[in-house]
Amino acid sequence: MCLGIPGRIEKIDDLARNLATVDVGGVKRQVNIACVVSDEHPASSCVGDWVLIHVGFAMSRIDEAEAAETLRILTELGEAQAELEAMRSSASQQWRPGHDRALRS
Amino acid sequence: MKYLDEFRDSAKARILVREIEGLVASMDIPDDRPLNIMEVCGGHTHSIFRYGVEGMLPKQIELVHGPGCPVCVLPMGRVDDCVAIAEQKHVVFTTFGDAMRVPGSRKSLMQAKADGADVRMVYSPMDALGLARANPTREVVFFGLGFETTMPSTALTILQAESDGVTNFSVFCNHITIVPTIKAILDSPDLRLDGFLGPGHVSMVIGTAPYEFIARFYRKPMVIAGFEPLDILQSIWMVVRQIKEGRVEIENQYARVVPEGGNAPALRAVARVYELREFFEWRGLGSIDHSGVKLRAEYSRFDAERKFAIPNVPIADPKSCQCGEVLKGAIKPWQCKVFGSACTPETPLGALMVSSEGACAAYYQYGGVRHHEAAE
Ligand code: SF4
Repeated sequence: MCLGIPGRIEKIDDLARNLATVDVGGVKRQVNIACVVSDEHPASSCVGDWVLIHVGFAMSRIDEAEAAETLRILTELGEAQAELEAMRSSASQQWRPGHDRALRS
Repeated sequence: MKYLDEFRDSAKARILVREIEGLVASMDIPDDRPLNIMEVCGGHTHSIFRYGVEGMLPKQIELVHGPGCPVCVLPMGRVDDCVAIAEQKHVVFTTFGDAMRVPGSRKSLMQAKADGADVRMVYSPMDALGLARANPTREVVFFGLGFETTMPSTALTILQAESDGVTNFSVFCNHITIVPTIKAILDSPDLRLDGFLGPGHVSMVIGTAPYEFIARFYRKPMVIAGFEPLDILQSIWMVVRQIKEGRVEIENQYARVVPEGGNAPALRAVARVYELREFFEWRGLGSIDHSGVKLRAEYSRFDAERKFAIPNVPIADPKSCQCGEVLKGAIKPWQCKVFGSACTPETPLGALMVSSEGACAAYYQYGGVRHHEAAE
């Protein structure tokens, strides 16, 4: 009930009632899209949109740019870690145990 | 499916876990006083157990499982009211599957159905409205349940029934609101919290502004979080980073779904159909002011509370239940005296054992292994 599931709007069935067919992982189901249409984004332009569906209602359009941004942050973290890792391992090659103290003091 | 796999990538999860470990290592957190971070939403509780997120975290971070499962906080008296409505001869009582097994003082909806009441599970309130159209001689009642996530769908269904002129459809409205509940938790004296994971799908409806008081007046950080394992780990990392840097803000990790301003059409439908109740009774938490909504007088012909005689008798939870303490995060599920013995998912005593979003059922099913063993 609270988790919702992403689906893609395939076609508008009933413009007056805001009903559309969505594809949810291969399963087709009619949902209400009243909460994702607006003057700037009328029902007719919704086909192809990814939406998050709760109890038969599309409640949010999934913002692809934001999703990519979130994933980009994670990728950058990974790259930073890899770089640190590389620094550490090359450092341990230069500063063998025993040399370590001598170098720092 | 789109944006599910990407946010379940285990290599990226390891990256986040290392970032979190690095942060806490630099923070000097005493062993006996870990950072307590509460996930308010039952959907998060479910994901945390399903993906074993707790087990990935360093021991300096403790997750506290909050009250955000609408099925779990439903008081027994309300279930009794559902059964009383369902048992009327001409009624078709429709409900989400989650609520079928919640125990009432006499019986659950499942038992009422076995005893002959016409109780049907529906996926959507729209399906209930469809049943009303198909059965004009019956009264179809929909059990409206959930936080702001599902509140608009019930409202829109009522508006549709109105414009279609359907007269044999009504809603037993038990929708509840998250903000007064978080405030009640923050005000409860036996609680020590360092930060929150904010409810992702409630927020996609109400936006981020309603939480500002948590940062401003209670000085607690909150990160609105998505529901995939990477979302949750990233949000925990963001909360810890705020704590380390001494910031107190409402941040939004789940921007792909949660717009800052919420969902305008959904909020309009909500404002049109409902008004706040003076108070609403929660299982385990007691009465919380303005924490529930009811239908406005203009929509009374769709209000099951006015259409049917409802007993509306408050029933105290069974003595052995410690659901309230678990809901507030004061004790862990396995510390309840009846956990796993008298109370199991097959024979639940408390509602936390019923829904997969309930902390007790989640612990029972997936095992809170690390903490469980450490505590015994
Ligand atoms: S074990 Fe059962 S009675 Fe105890 S807190 Fe959990 S749901 Fe409630």
